[in-house]
Amino acid sequence: MSHGNTTALPPERIRIPAGHLIARLPIPLFGIGIVSAILAYATAGSARNFAFSWLIAVLFFLSLALGALYFVLIHYATQAGWGIVVRRLAENVMATLPLFAILFIPILVLMGDLYPWVHELAEGGHGLLAKKAPFLNTSFFLTRAVTYFVLWSAIALYFARASRKQDATSDVATSLRLKRLAGPALIVLALTQTFASIDWVMSLSPEWYSTMFGVYWFAGCFVSFFAFLTLVVMGLKRWGLLTDVVGVEHYHDLGKMLFAFTVFWAYIGFSQYFLIWYGNLPEETVFFRHRLIGTWRSVSLLLAFGHFIVPFFFLMPRTVKRNARLLTIGAAWMIAMHLVDIVWLVMPIVHPFGFKLRLSDLFAFLAVAALFKGLLCRLLSGAPLVPVGDPRLPESLSFENM
Amino acid sequence: MKGLIGLMEAPLPEGPYYGALAEFATPADLYRACERVRDAGYSKWDAHTPFPVHGLEGAMGMKRSKLPWIVLALGLGGAATGFALQTWVHTTAYPLTISGKPLFTWPAFIPITFELGVLGGALGAVGGMLALNKLPMHHHPLFDVKRFSRFSDDGFFISIESWDPRFDASQTVRLLESAGASHVQLVENPK
Repeated sequence: MSHGNTTALPPERIRIPAGHLIARLPIPLFGIGIVSAILAYATAGSARNFAFSWLIAVLFFLSLALGALYFVLIHYATQAGWGIVVRRLAENVMATLPLFAILFIPILVLMGDLYPWVHELAEGGHGLLAKKAPFLNTSFFLTRAVTYFVLWSAIALYFARASRKQDATSDVATSLRLKRLAGPALIVLALTQTFASIDWVMSLSPEWYSTMFGVYWFAGCFVSFFAFLTLVVMGLKRWGLLTDVVGVEHYHDLGKMLFAFTVFWAYIGFSQYFLIWYGNLPEETVFFRHRLIGTWRSVSLLLAFGHFIVPFFFLMPRTVKRNARLLTIGAAWMIAMHLVDIVWLVMPIVHPFGFKLRLSDLFAFLAVAALFKGLLCRLLSGAPLVPVGDPRLPESLSFENM
Repeated sequence: MKGLIGLMEAPLPEGPYYGALAEFATPADLYRACERVRDAGYSKWDAHTPFPVHGLEGAMGMKRSKLPWIVLALGLGGAATGFALQTWVHTTAYPLTISGKPLFTWPAFIPITFELGVLGGALGAVGGMLALNKLPMHHHPLFDVKRFSRFSDDGFFISIESWDPRFDASQTVRLLESAGASHVQLVENPK
């Protein structure tokens, strides 16, 4: 199957028509988001509870947006061909990053409730924390947070806008420029993402450290993004969009990436556990000690089986990756497991004796989900769903696995 | 040594002919001819091209390779062997307390389990590929045909072997000719 001419792509398949449900969703979703955020605060009982509920929700959706940013940059840097048909969807996901700068404000305001080092330093600090004070202090923490969001938003918007402009110009120079910029941008992203994971997740238990934590966080971002991208594709196809544009050959590649990074996550996750377990140093093992008591032990086992062993065998066969329904099940499962992973990282700090779900957790999740989805729907309806001006689009349309 | 070389030789069908060989001018001609041969119900035949032709396996009606199953079996077998070996060594053959940990410490066994799983899978992929392709094979009756050497340069060929139940010297040649071959010949069995 070969589509020589991309202009032949019928517009009703690659554009969300005006007045379509997806185009009408943003306003109601923004409303639901704001109401849920207020409900989350009202039902939390304390600022600390709200802060943790909000942190889990924001980190979950932020990781999808960061995964999208990684995907687009790696796509340009490696000049990948297969995924150009889904690149615009990823561009829209990463273009939500400025929203997270706003959603992050409550976390920065309530940082004293989240991060124990804030108060300990205010009381003078001692031991290990005093040594970490040049890095873990309020003003530097805030400066870093602002820096991350400025850099991420700048890179994401620059790439997304350039790609949209190329829709009209079909200019090869745009592709070449973005390819050159993608490499340096990846270095910036890898460093900021690593430090952000240290700041926002690792410093929840400030005396603990793991040198693999940044990679662990990346693995979660990337695998959940591929799961999310698969769900977005399948969702749009149910509306009759992207018919004959994204097909079985592309599902197969999305499935391969989902499978590969499921394995990568397990490799990194086990390596982190293994080194800490083997070294057996109290300030390192405390992290896993807290996650092996009470119901947290069951959650840890759920991650080992649900985030690796079961999807490893489920996603392995070629037939599953090439079957829309089975791949959708696999992707939905991996997204759910990524949420479990984030809950497992954050929640034991606030509920040390076992997993506990509060109403505010649900409302906070609903709030961020609605705001994120609202913005995503708005971005999706604002431009063609595939980069129609990319000179290599025909290559991606006629892509076949060997 | 002679037995080993015998193993590496192509087995020959009975009768005077090894099979029929047809040459095609272009990959497109070959592609259409493959569809014809497939639809005629032949099963013991092959196409030879200097480079991979997209979708040819579909035109030839080839089934998926069994190789993934071999890789899976050897990969899981390797992993199981690695885990079992360490369990046996550490708990039975040579029990030794290391850094105060119990004798059966499964997390410590995972790296070698993983490595042997990868080794098994890799050997399965290489060995299985060679075995399924019946390699190494130092000679093949088609190599006796001078013209056939162009399969690695600019020639596109179909060979149909005579132990195919549908093979019939005259009918098979006629099928290949009508399928657009630029040259068809019967290949004799080597003496």
